[in-house]
Amino acid sequence: MNTSVNLAGIKMKNPVTVASGTFGYGREFEEFIDLNKLGGICTKGTSLKPKAGNKPPRVYETTAGMLNSIGLQNPGVEYFMNNDLPYLKKFDTAIIVNACGSSIDEYVELAKVLNTLDIDGVELNLSCPNVKAGCMAFGTTYEGVKQVTSEVRKVLDKPLIVKLTPNVTSIQDPARGAEDAGADGISLINTLLGMSIDIHTKRPHLANNMGGLSGPAVKPVAVRMVYQASQAVKIPVLGLGGIVTGEDAIEFMLAGASAVSVGTGNFIAPDQSIKVVEGIENYMKKYSIEDINSIVGTVQMN
Amino acid sequence: MKVNCKAEILKIEKLKEDIYKFSIKAEEIVKTAKPGHFIEIRVVDAIEPLLRRPISIYNLEKDQGILEFIFQVKGKGTELLAKRKVGEKLDVLGPLGYGTFSIKDYKKVAIIGGGIGTFPLYELAKELKEQTTTNVHIYMGFRNKELITLEQEFKSVSDELTITTDDGSYGIQGFSINELKKDCEKETPDKIFACGPLPMLKAVQSYAKEKNIPCEMSLEQKMACGIGVCLGCAVKTARSPEDNPQYWHVCKAGPVFNAQDVEI
Repeated sequence: MNTSVNLAGIKMKNPVTVASGTFGYGREFEEFIDLNKLGGICTKGTSLKPKAGNKPPRVYETTAGMLNSIGLQNPGVEYFMNNDLPYLKKFDTAIIVNACGSSIDEYVELAKVLNTLDIDGVELNLSCPNVKAGCMAFGTTYEGVKQVTSEVRKVLDKPLIVKLTPNVTSIQDPARGAEDAGADGISLINTLLGMSIDIHTKRPHLANNMGGLSGPAVKPVAVRMVYQASQAVKIPVLGLGGIVTGEDAIEFMLAGASAVSVGTGNFIAPDQSIKVVEGIENYMKKYSIEDINSIVGTVQMN
Repeated sequence: MKVNCKAEILKIEKLKEDIYKFSIKAEEIVKTAKPGHFIEIRVVDAIEPLLRRPISIYNLEKDQGILEFIFQVKGKGTELLAKRKVGEKLDVLGPLGYGTFSIKDYKKVAIIGGGIGTFPLYELAKELKEQTTTNVHIYMGFRNKELITLEQEFKSVSDELTITTDDGSYGIQGFSINELKKDCEKETPDKIFACGPLPMLKAVQSYAKEKNIPCEMSLEQKMACGIGVCLGCAVKTARSPEDNPQYWHVCKAGPVFNAQDVEI
């Protein structure tokens, strides 16, 4: 039985990664799981300089999901390379650094640094809805995605995956923008911009008013977008959005994802990602699937 | 060492109309739990409600591996939790938090709690009484007589217990902080420990600062993971500039903070 995949040039022992912003840089999970069992780790969104993040409250639970407006709080790439990367290198798992910036220059400067590090790939974050500048501001159009991705591509030799936002009319446009700019893959979906109001105080629950919706509630939207995006481009897709079980992961792969990420599921239980790995294996046994790659994109549309 | 375990519910007590005390068998958690730590409970094995509920630890029976927690029914999560039955297994993550209350041999301490914020202070008072020669004075504030919980229990772990009610229906009328202030004028405690509603914590924090009394406060904030990765439970650090605020996290640096380190 083969569970190994090659996602955009990143070799992984299985198709399960953990999503950026839900796993820190891995340390906190070592007490609960064997990190070697993961196909890969997409790190917390990392910027050139440290970011303090947004005012609290930053999270609010919604029906089968949650809203967050963390605001990309992170220690910056220098801290990452000196402290977290050496730690992560102890494990046999792919390290994919989620990179964010507030201007094209910042993305490029960051990519230059990342290019020198011993990492497996870069996930270019053009989709965070919670910061004033950058990220989603670039990610909603074909041109915006193409422009940032092209500039980063010029300085980055490592596998480059562009993380897309679902807050668009057609996901196929930004997906093509990434492909045309030379990206090796795309990942989707980031969170859906949402809002929740406290009816007693008549104010939004989040200090930042709006935030990104994630969790099982968004899964059907994510599956649909993974399907549509994978139809539009030839580069592989890393699918995510509400995955908590192996069955969920299989659904994404049938829709066209070559690999998946467990995100909000990591908050339900620290070993949720491992349950997804096991669930995929169980599905393969049940249907006598020899190679997990063989199911990618095999959904039969009605 | 944090663990995610299935803990058997040994006993459920309804303390008030909407306040429940659960005793659970959680040896692995109890082994390393300290006063101030909290746990996160997955109230049902389903995706709705999605997130765990963070709840503070009330009491630890170390030799028996028993952990007790008390909660008020406030929403769908705690409603479902209140319906759980003795004998069932609870999915518990803990002990959580890094900043816990400092147990030392103080001469005298003041422990002040308001409403349901009194619960996390019990294990602190108990350990101070059991392990040190500290003189423990507990101040508990409630809105009225009907809301007073665990008076005898707190009496048993203190040298002195002062109860105040906002409406004067029991104990001394007024806020507990005022009683604490009066007593501090006579004898300054080595430390103040506090947990409770935000206005109370602010009053305690500003008094401790004014009188230069070391003070530890247990804080709460909406959170998801409980283990330091989602970065949701942010608390502003003191002394960070207005235009560039910096943040700690309740589950990572707290939930117990030195009062001087945070802006609440």
